[in-house]
Amino acid sequence: MKTTQQLERQLKRHSKAAKLEIWGKVVSFSALLLIVAVVVGIIGFVASKGIATFTSNHVSLWDFLTEKKWNPGITDANGKPEVGALPMIVGSFLITILSAVVATPFAIGTAVFMNEISPNKGAKILQPVTELLVGIPSVVYGFIGLSVVVPATRAIFGGSGFGILSGTCVLFVMILPTVTSMSVDALRSVPRYYREASLALGATQWQTIYKVVLRAATPGLMTAVVFGMARAFGEALAVQMVIGNAALMPGSLVDPAATLTSVLTTGIGNTVMGSLQNNALWSLALVLLLMSLVFNLIIRLIGRKGRLQ
Amino acid sequence: MFVSNDVSNTETMQERHIVQPRDAQHPIVLSTEELHVFYGKKEAIYEGDLQFARNQITALIGPSGSGKSTYLRSLNRMNDRIATVTGRIMYRGVDINQPAIDVYEMRRRVGMVFQRPNPFAKSIYDNIAFALRLRGTTDKHELDEIVETSLKQAALWNQVKDDLNKSALALSGGQAQRLCIARAIAVKPDILLLDEPASALDPVSTSQLEDTLLELKKQYTIIIVTHNMQQAGRISEYTAFFNQGRVLEYDTTSHIFTNPQVQITSDYVSGNFG
Amino acid sequence: MNPKTQNKIAIGTLYGVAGLVVLILLALLGYILVSGLPQLSWHFLTAPAKAFLAGGGVGVQLYNSFYLLLLAMLISFPIALGAAIYLYEYARDNWVTTTIRTAIEILSSLPSVVVGLFGFLFFVVKLRLGFSILSGAFALTFFNLPLLTRSIEDSLRTIDLSQREGGLALGLSRWETITRVILPAAVPSILTGVILSAGRVFGEAAALIYTAGQSAPALDFTDWNPFNISSPLNPMRPAETLAVHIWKINSEGIMPDAKAISSGSSAVLVLAILLFNFAARYLGKRLYKRLTSA
Repeated sequence: MKTTQQLERQLKRHSKAAKLEIWGKVVSFSALLLIVAVVVGIIGFVASKGIATFTSNHVSLWDFLTEKKWNPGITDANGKPEVGALPMIVGSFLITILSAVVATPFAIGTAVFMNEISPNKGAKILQPVTELLVGIPSVVYGFIGLSVVVPATRAIFGGSGFGILSGTCVLFVMILPTVTSMSVDALRSVPRYYREASLALGATQWQTIYKVVLRAATPGLMTAVVFGMARAFGEALAVQMVIGNAALMPGSLVDPAATLTSVLTTGIGNTVMGSLQNNALWSLALVLLLMSLVFNLIIRLIGRKGRLQ
Repeated sequence: MFVSNDVSNTETMQERHIVQPRDAQHPIVLSTEELHVFYGKKEAIYEGDLQFARNQITALIGPSGSGKSTYLRSLNRMNDRIATVTGRIMYRGVDINQPAIDVYEMRRRVGMVFQRPNPFAKSIYDNIAFALRLRGTTDKHELDEIVETSLKQAALWNQVKDDLNKSALALSGGQAQRLCIARAIAVKPDILLLDEPASALDPVSTSQLEDTLLELKKQYTIIIVTHNMQQAGRISEYTAFFNQGRVLEYDTTSHIFTNPQVQITSDYVSGNFG
Repeated sequence: MNPKTQNKIAIGTLYGVAGLVVLILLALLGYILVSGLPQLSWHFLTAPAKAFLAGGGVGVQLYNSFYLLLLAMLISFPIALGAAIYLYEYARDNWVTTTIRTAIEILSSLPSVVVGLFGFLFFVVKLRLGFSILSGAFALTFFNLPLLTRSIEDSLRTIDLSQREGGLALGLSRWETITRVILPAAVPSILTGVILSAGRVFGEAAALIYTAGQSAPALDFTDWNPFNISSPLNPMRPAETLAVHIWKINSEGIMPDAKAISSGSSAVLVLAILLFNFAARYLGKRLYKRLTSA
């Protein structure tokens, strides 16, 4: 019986492996916690700065969202500061929706071509090109917009060439590769036998694509488009370079305008921390952050609905 | 107890027939007592108490889904994270199914070889040596010797002795499985659990593997899950028949195959199952 | 219209759409390379920038881009590795894990300008790091973490479960199994992910303009004492990168040859990204072969 006790002692000894296991868990979990802390930190800081406009500077939230005059340094006839963010909010939404509307048919069309009609050419030419373009830095898109799109707009429509239209063109090209490659993934996840079943029933290739493949891939395609919109909404520099940076309600698509991101990039360096001008900019950043959460939520809802089907 | 009428030898057939090994030369080293395994709320094993004799080969047979692999994996607590195992697993008098037991120390005594060969993406030498190095064996000479003995015991030495630094992923299926056995015995376990080790191998490799196991039982206690009844018949001293989470019959292999006491066992070993 | 004609028209249209997209994308690439490549010269790649005169280079910016990339990777890789290991190897499927995953997803969807502004607020102002390489490296880390974590998690997923069981059955802890068996086997795929994320970090500008700053003080490439202000290694100096440079000279345009410099810089950025892409594929394949070859 002595040996049994000895064995039991040996088996109950806390081995080096057990110690390493705890150490590993602690280390890797700390890394994870750090990331969570960053997320909480970013949201917390931006939110606390962003609501200062309303809490310490007593600007009304309603005025902020609906007024059209953005001049945080100036007070109007009633002694209220002019912090109407509507022009930027409209600018951001307009440019996002327009570029998504233009990009969606192109992206999905190309994805269908790559995956359904000519997988060979798709894999050889389109796949590598789109993958490469997904990685092209946004300032490069902005620079090309500045040197090609803006002069072209100017030549056709007159004016300065800066504005929503130029911004839309730049964002369209910028989100096109992203939306395309995500759409390809969505189409690829449709099982092969869906197509075979449809073709076997005598449907044409187009009928199969339109009625079976696209329908089955709808949640994935929607996710791709919303993802593209989120990217367009949050893009700063490429848009800022071609939109003209005038914080006014856009009268037409070729008038200089502004987005949340463009005002932020140009303004934050020129204001004093803690001043109303500065706080108002942080409120714009907060709107931007909230919108990115909304996009995130939409993508989740689509994903959940897709799973339920 | 319900036995259908059209069975001719109704009188002699029992529902369960368990004979635990009793052999003074081969004392019991491992046994389970009131072992139950649950996956979530679903009970996978509810009647499966067995005792295993030292330096013998015990085969666990039964249809797929009968719980034999689940049972085997519970023995060295490989199921800890995916299942709840209650009851006692007595290893040489110590219950190793209690929280205080250091599973890592325990698994060095109760080793395991899996269905699909799983050599690590390392050299053949390192596959065997690296676990030893982690536990403090750093002497090059000593390591060389253990690698050589383990490979010899697993009957792989002659084929790989000039290629010890080559990647183990380049070995054939049979060689890879024998490397896994060499890797398992290099840490000098007491008991070796094998989960259908030959199911991914061709007949020649399978028969070589069986020879190896017969050789290994001189030093180790071997428990093997197999779906191949001929294999169980060829190599094992004892056989347990599992069905739907229960051990229906446990006896010496010759009894199970020549004179089964339970109808389902009889159907299964004669190939009339289902 | 009968289905056959409809089919023909539809397929024809799709050919047209795809062709147009290829045209746009190739025109884009072509424009960058055609207008940019002629600007490239040894002088352009190494000389310092000139503020008001033509003929400056992007040497300092190019160096800054690489230095920032290196620092950002050095900070973010261990964190992303740890996080990915916990998420894939340890985390159980419960609400805590779900919440953490959501948080990481949110971080990856935040506009980079918001990440940059937070970096400005926290590192530049609160921690008084000023416009510096260090502030920039932290901002880039935040920007990079979620993507790198996901890519490493995907790499871990490619290693078969049986490898983990093999380690455990030898009496190794899960941590030892991960660090000694799983990670070495996953190195080719992890490396590919790291290089691809490096490409993204290399071209990022919005997160940097208010963290690493928009000025590139001249560097003395003979002085490698990190505490000297003109030393290339000094992490506390402001450091405009190539991507920020393109934005800066186009927004403020005081150089006579801003366009030529932007073209050249864009070509350098795109070439670098191309290089990262090829390197990722090549090294990944090469390492994998080495791991599995006899």
